[in-house]
Amino acid sequence: MVASALYCIAALVGLATIAIALGASARGRVVVYGASLIVTLILFAIALSCLLGHPNSPTVILPLGLPWLGAHFRIDALAAFFLLVVNLGGAAASLFALGYGRHEHSPQRVLPFYPAYLAAMNLVVMADDAFSFLVSWEFMSLTSWALVIANHEVHENLRAGFIYLLMASFGTLALLLSFGLLAGADGNYAFDAIRTSEPAGVVAALVFILAIVGTGSKAGLIPLHAWLPLAHPAAPSHVSALMSGVMTKVAVYGFLRIVFDLLGTPDWWWSIVVLTVGGITAAMGVLYALMQRDLKRVLAYSTIENIGIIFAALGLALAFKTEGLAWAAALALTAGLFHVFNHSLFKSLLFFGAGTVLNATGTRDMEKLGGLIHRMPQTAVVFLVGCVAISALPPLNGFVSEWLTFQAILQSPQLPSWGLKLIVPAVGALLALSAALAAACFVRAFGFAFLGRPRTPEAVGAQETDTSSLAAMYFVATLCLIAGIIPGIFIDALGPVVQTLVGGRMPVQTGVDWMSIVPIAESRSSYNGLLVFLFMIASGAISAFAIHRLASDKLRRGPAWGCGYPDSSTMTQYTADSFAQPIRRVFGTVVFGARETGEMPPPGATKPARLTVELRDLIWDALYRPIATGVNFAAEHLNHLQFLTIRNYLSLVFAALVLLLLVQAIWP
Amino acid sequence: MAVIRDIALQGFQMLLVLLLAPLLTGFVRKVKARLLRRQGPPLLQPYRDLNRLLRKEVVLADNASWLFRVIPYFVFATTWIAASLIPTFRSGLLFSWSADLIAIIALLGSARFFQVLAGLDVGTSFGGIGSSREVMIASLAEPAMLMIVFSLALIAGSTQLSTMSAFMNSPEVGLRVSLGLGLIALTIVAIAENARIPVDNPATHLELTMVHEAMVLEYSGRHLALIELSAALKLLLYISLITCLFAPWGISSAAVDATSLLTGVAAYLVKLAAGGSLLAVFETVIAKMRVFRVPGFLGAALMLALLATLLRFVSRSF
Repeated sequence: MVASALYCIAALVGLATIAIALGASARGRVVVYGASLIVTLILFAIALSCLLGHPNSPTVILPLGLPWLGAHFRIDALAAFFLLVVNLGGAAASLFALGYGRHEHSPQRVLPFYPAYLAAMNLVVMADDAFSFLVSWEFMSLTSWALVIANHEVHENLRAGFIYLLMASFGTLALLLSFGLLAGADGNYAFDAIRTSEPAGVVAALVFILAIVGTGSKAGLIPLHAWLPLAHPAAPSHVSALMSGVMTKVAVYGFLRIVFDLLGTPDWWWSIVVLTVGGITAAMGVLYALMQRDLKRVLAYSTIENIGIIFAALGLALAFKTEGLAWAAALALTAGLFHVFNHSLFKSLLFFGAGTVLNATGTRDMEKLGGLIHRMPQTAVVFLVGCVAISALPPLNGFVSEWLTFQAILQSPQLPSWGLKLIVPAVGALLALSAALAAACFVRAFGFAFLGRPRTPEAVGAQETDTSSLAAMYFVATLCLIAGIIPGIFIDALGPVVQTLVGGRMPVQTGVDWMSIVPIAESRSSYNGLLVFLFMIASGAISAFAIHRLASDKLRRGPAWGCGYPDSSTMTQYTADSFAQPIRRVFGTVVFGARETGEMPPPGATKPARLTVELRDLIWDALYRPIATGVNFAAEHLNHLQFLTIRNYLSLVFAALVLLLLVQAIWP
Repeated sequence: MAVIRDIALQGFQMLLVLLLAPLLTGFVRKVKARLLRRQGPPLLQPYRDLNRLLRKEVVLADNASWLFRVIPYFVFATTWIAASLIPTFRSGLLFSWSADLIAIIALLGSARFFQVLAGLDVGTSFGGIGSSREVMIASLAEPAMLMIVFSLALIAGSTQLSTMSAFMNSPEVGLRVSLGLGLIALTIVAIAENARIPVDNPATHLELTMVHEAMVLEYSGRHLALIELSAALKLLLYISLITCLFAPWGISSAAVDATSLLTGVAAYLVKLAAGGSLLAVFETVIAKMRVFRVPGFLGAALMLALLATLLRFVSRSF
């Protein structure tokens, strides 16, 4: 199994080199995306058979990397699940790109990196030693960076690429130190060896902190999220879908691998850190999303929100695991992992939709769209499915994972620790708040892009997209529905993964009557997506039929009523900014330091009235700006070190040597 | 035999809520009018209104999409299902396990999601302002509601409404601080969710402070009838929810015999009348709030509910 997966990855790397040769030709697109589609589908099949069949395949050691170590690769249950997520997303993105890639204006900058990026994400998940993990991780960062700056003519993209590169290096550095501490003084980098040596006390705490910083910076945990809303929208849309839907999940994988698998027994305060960061990330992420005009940036910020939800669930699982409540830990972890799967689906779908809109209209600004439901009816349907799913509304899949998370929160009074007793309800409230705000955010995204009247000529001229893009979107949308109405089989598939990480699993769901899901006992809670869905269809259809037959089915078109004052100009419609204004007023003053100043000309003057809204990114101001200023300051003041004479340099070297020897002498 | 009986009972519940909903709305209007020393419309007026609307033709804005036409059916179906899942005269109905209280709240969330979209579809300013404010209210009411569910679920040890209702009826429950906080918070949320005074005014059409009515302004004919019926169902749902949790007396549960069922229905009617009268009195004595005072009102509900949940986490006796 591992060997065949490695062959597939080698094929992807080979494809990258072929893509360089093919260059910008039209055939290149078909070859690269077609082959990527086939290879990711094979990898998906491998991952699925590993997950359902025999998860613990033997380690394959390749003579690469460190000479005394080799490169270890293995697929256990956890790796199999994340391989599945990566390749499902990869397959959907490749199918979408078969059509979408036609609009790429410099494909030679995208095609070689795309299969390499897919290969890198697969390698991270399969790596079974720290060295291959880090090399693959860095490879993943670099290939995605290259894709971010593919459209390098736009200055903004270059800036996004620069910030992304900085943050990615910082994250890798944290992971490098984390693995260094894990491996200990003898440098046992193989995961098997790391598992047997259990670090304790300060070392374990440091490993945990470095792991959450390293993986959290890739996943987009606040306050390490600054690069994400810049970089994800800058890439071509199918790559944005991969970065948001899949790469953030690879980061979650890294966190799970280190903290739940390699690090051994967790300390009591770890879960508090993860829960707090997760809850704050969820609420802040969606508030940021609500303030954006750029459709793809809305999606990027909403990724931050969903990562927050996932980490909150993982934190809960960690808390239960620490206290030895394996069944509750299994519930929380299943919720988190199911949300990983779900988010990879609907976020890919939404980025595909945003890409389609971008191609059809040439803009991502919601204030310039409108009325696309008439011009792109199919895209509108699938985008709507994505919006409902991500807003955690039944009967789609987002709701199921959210519901499981809430069920896990309801088990937490059993935790003995006082800190957790106070934190968990607050995190529950933050998650509830973020769910409600997410619905607001996606009403806004769909409502202003697809509904209303077109606001610009570009929106009027929009046209429906091609079949393969539509096929990819329909495929993912169908999966969202299936995971929403029969979640039981997905929860069962997660069983072995959860079992290996927390030593317990949720009760088997497939045998439950009517395909309900029952986390603990039916008297406590149950949910049946299938029945709810069927009821909705049935009662909607029955009422429509009855009314049309028995009452009236007459219909007349006329101008909009608008209380007798219909607006003739499309520019006087409600805008996305004004839609978010009440929420900005409620939450924004605290979170963004929002200030609104109205400028009213005196009566009789012909000047227009003006409303200025000032939003500040407080995290950027408080954290990143001082660092940037500090770096500039240091660079300026260290500059004169470049112009010393050879004597000064020699004495500096000598001083450094003495210092190091002193350290060596004093160190116990 | 038992299955047929269960299906019949579930079907009866669906019909009961559907038929009672307009009556409840008419009743509240009547009581309000009497409190103002007016005659008021007849009790059955909402049925006549619905009947008239259903027979009229629909006038649809030129640029309304297919979504605009589907949404009334969707909103109605979702609200109807949610209302049918709440224990009214009897708990533990055939499909009561298919969605617990969190799922019922989320179902109402789905209905609102689409209703707000309908407000944006035609692209008029009224629709936009209504939708925008509805979303603002929902963004506070929904978390408050979830926190209420958390605190109650922690007391009852379940999120299944039938189990919760049975627990609330048992002597174990006692007087608790968190229950009191939960009741206040739930009442505030119910008022906001149903667009009643002081959050919104269900009786106006031409006022800048209106929320729900602005959102559905473009609807007419059978579509409007469905929207109005959904609003009536939602009011019934919230009163049933409050009574089945905080006044669960008389709900028949285990035995299926004529007396217990009849007592159940009679008790339910009494409870609806009491709830409706209280609502009418409350609406009469209070003034409408400015829109931007609403977040404070709902924030209080959120904080009370959070406090109730925190108390439950701190000690089992609260």
